[in-house]
Amino acid sequence: MSGAPVYRGSFGPTQAERLLWRAGFGPRPGESSRLAKQGLRSAVRSLVEPPALQLSGPEAQDDRGHPLAPRDAFGHDHLWWLDRMVRTNQPLVERMTLVWHDWFATSLQGVKSQALMLDQNKLFRENALGSFRDLLLGVTKDPAMLVWLSGNKNTVRAPNENYGRELMELFTLGADRGYSEQDVREQARALTGWRGNVKKKVATDFAFVPRLHDRGQKTIFGKSGAFDWQDSCRLCLEHPSHSSFFVRKLWSYFVPTMPSTSTQAALEQLYRAKRGAVKPVVEAILLHPDLHTGPRMVKQPVVYTAGLLRARGRGIDTAAWWKLDDASGQRLFYPPDVAGWDESRWLDTATFRGRWFVAMTALGGAQEGSAPRDPARLVARAISFWGSPEITGTTRSVLTAWARKQLGSSSPALVESALRQLVATAPELQAA
Amino acid sequence: MMSDCRDCTRTKLLRDAVAEAGRGLPEIEPGMPVPAGTGLSRRSFIARSAGIALAVYGGSKLTPWALDDGIAAAAAGKQAPVLVSIFLEGGIDSLSVLFPAGDPEYYTLRPKLALPESVGAAFSEDSRLRWHPAAAALAQLHAEGKVSVLPAIGYNRPDHSHFTSRHYWEVGATDPHVRSGWLGRYLDRSGSADNPLQGLSLDKRLQPALATAKVPIASLDGPDRYGFSANRKPHPLERPMLDAAAQLGAAHAASRDQGLRQVGEAAQQARHLAGELRGFGAIASPVAYPSSVDQFPRRLAGLAAMLGAGLPLHCVALTATGHYDTHATQAEDLQQGLQTTADSLLAFQRDLEARGIADRVLVHVWSEFGRRARENGSLGTDHGAAGIGFLIGSRVRGRMIGEFPGIGPGGLDALGNLRATVDFRGIYAGLIEQWLGADAGAIIPGASAFARPTLLK
Repeated sequence: MSGAPVYRGSFGPTQAERLLWRAGFGPRPGESSRLAKQGLRSAVRSLVEPPALQLSGPEAQDDRGHPLAPRDAFGHDHLWWLDRMVRTNQPLVERMTLVWHDWFATSLQGVKSQALMLDQNKLFRENALGSFRDLLLGVTKDPAMLVWLSGNKNTVRAPNENYGRELMELFTLGADRGYSEQDVREQARALTGWRGNVKKKVATDFAFVPRLHDRGQKTIFGKSGAFDWQDSCRLCLEHPSHSSFFVRKLWSYFVPTMPSTSTQAALEQLYRAKRGAVKPVVEAILLHPDLHTGPRMVKQPVVYTAGLLRARGRGIDTAAWWKLDDASGQRLFYPPDVAGWDESRWLDTATFRGRWFVAMTALGGAQEGSAPRDPARLVARAISFWGSPEITGTTRSVLTAWARKQLGSSSPALVESALRQLVATAPELQAA
Repeated sequence: MMSDCRDCTRTKLLRDAVAEAGRGLPEIEPGMPVPAGTGLSRRSFIARSAGIALAVYGGSKLTPWALDDGIAAAAAGKQAPVLVSIFLEGGIDSLSVLFPAGDPEYYTLRPKLALPESVGAAFSEDSRLRWHPAAAALAQLHAEGKVSVLPAIGYNRPDHSHFTSRHYWEVGATDPHVRSGWLGRYLDRSGSADNPLQGLSLDKRLQPALATAKVPIASLDGPDRYGFSANRKPHPLERPMLDAAAQLGAAHAASRDQGLRQVGEAAQQARHLAGELRGFGAIASPVAYPSSVDQFPRRLAGLAAMLGAGLPLHCVALTATGHYDTHATQAEDLQQGLQTTADSLLAFQRDLEARGIADRVLVHVWSEFGRRARENGSLGTDHGAAGIGFLIGSRVRGRMIGEFPGIGPGGLDALGNLRATVDFRGIYAGLIEQWLGADAGAIIPGASAFARPTLLK
């Protein structure tokens, strides 16, 4: 048990819907009601302790009906992962994989091998709700990361500070939180010894080579020793700034407001007591009142896309998705830089337009039968088209008035298809 | 040649304007005088070609949104100076862009990466320095007096994190907690509540330097890419749908929920931007831009076209092409990015000159820091401190601002990084005062502490 407070209000389909968006990729039709019946604790439990993996729904294919080639075909890496998000019955595992991708943001831009990126993705998934220490050690020697932050170029004769700096600044401690430029240089020395390269998109010779490692004494955070890469990680995790950094960063993926001082302290204590286990902290955040009663969060582009497809029971059947998500500001395996995506700025005029096309593509191909000439019924039908998400009265009345006006000059079927677009891009569907 | 090109562009604009006139206006307000392509002032047909004629002609009763009036008023009013901020991402190696061939330390600190004294043009203002061959286009503009070089720009107590240092530059303060951009704060004070084009981010995402707290700004990939119908076939209800999305946004504008508000604001601004850019077809540039898989040259071409069409842009921000975080194999990466960037900047200047609007535009090029003077052994360089910047345009003074401190003991700090001879906040303050004509004290924290060099001719 954590000392952090637990949400005690009612837990109906509305609350379950938000939980499914924050901890996954939104509900499938009927899923919010089913989850609500379990009650909050049991619902959260089912997310952090999911059943055995089962991918359900139509299998992914490209525009010609061929299976995806995620390790080779350009953009198929994105499609492959998006397909997992759409079809998984372990949404939190997939969502945490996305969290780690942002946390340890590595880009194909620099790695130049989809195979290595997918290997890293597997590492994130296997450690999705495990031990942060194991994850950090895995990432530090992960070939994609070694290439991305020059770890493979960091040798005793030619130290390279790239990874050592980001290890502290972005991965474990936070900028200016208890380390010096001298620590950066000493970390670089401790981390020396890894080798490996990508040649023609294939990984070659990734290994730790003792003769490339600096075996001398280093002083990091005031401690001295003949430190190596594992010590480097350990020293960061033992640093007094680490648990507060970890909690704040993890929290920010689920709740848009800052935790109170007491919640922050309780979660830090939980993280330390559980010796760096991620799952209990995530569980405590998912149970926290701030998640259930605070403001909405703008959905990440891939979460928005995967959610629309889940609501429709539609699989990946076109390669357009990677381009559409890119236009919305999030191409998987291509974070903008090593700091990941800026979660506070998903929406502007450019990315709004990207989302507009995501919605348009998600509803494309749907049957357009006969439609009633009644504006309120058209609006209700357009909402149920997307699995009956919660829509405010404000939105319903704007849409109804608009539909009434359009029916003067356009057919009910055309107005209905436009309403589907407008429901999918309404504020309620873009933020949860 | 140039005037011919300008006439071509004007002819095209006029043709587009007439086509647009026949399309949009009469059906909205039948009683309105329909311009037939004659008798129009230059200003009005230009506004029309950009799709903003509704408000220029029809006034507010045509549209429920005040923003259209704001854009039209801005377009019809006195043309504001334009500041274009261009970011070289990753911390470009200033010691390669203008390399100190005449500094004896250079070949010691850079045994593998140093460029030979035989390449590149000499830099006329400091005999120790030479231009990287890939920056020849900048050397050319410099020779014409259109480039001011900042050979060692930075700030005291430099931060070596990409993100922290970039953030300082974006917000115009060495304060990690400031959320608005320096240009955003300028727009909040001097901009208008109803012209999102006053702050334009030419990017897939918003450039943080433009982030405002109050007034609207816009972000787009390129002016020829802002339709809302898929497959080039316009959706029959495209405009009404976009209007409805904006209405939904407006309906949630007063919501207590910040998430609903954010989506609502984006929807409204998207609808307005679409209105402004409607009718803005393929870009016809009077000069050739470099071909590149990167959007940068096309974005500059689109920017020049929008300025030429009279759209009310004021502060613009975008990222240059290239990867400048050259921890390894620096030579190739730097060469490629620098070449396309410099060539694009030259093309942009020539484009503005051909359109007769070069006097209105000033380009500011910056990077979050320079790189370590000593190379790192991976054929690259690690994060440094002071770096290089440029001011480009017909109106810039064309003289070096601050000096190159050298890479001997006096020029480097205790960590072996270049010392700054100019503070970036002094340049921001100078741009705000001398180019934008506003009070820098209200925008740049502690502005009075920084020297303001003379920036303009």
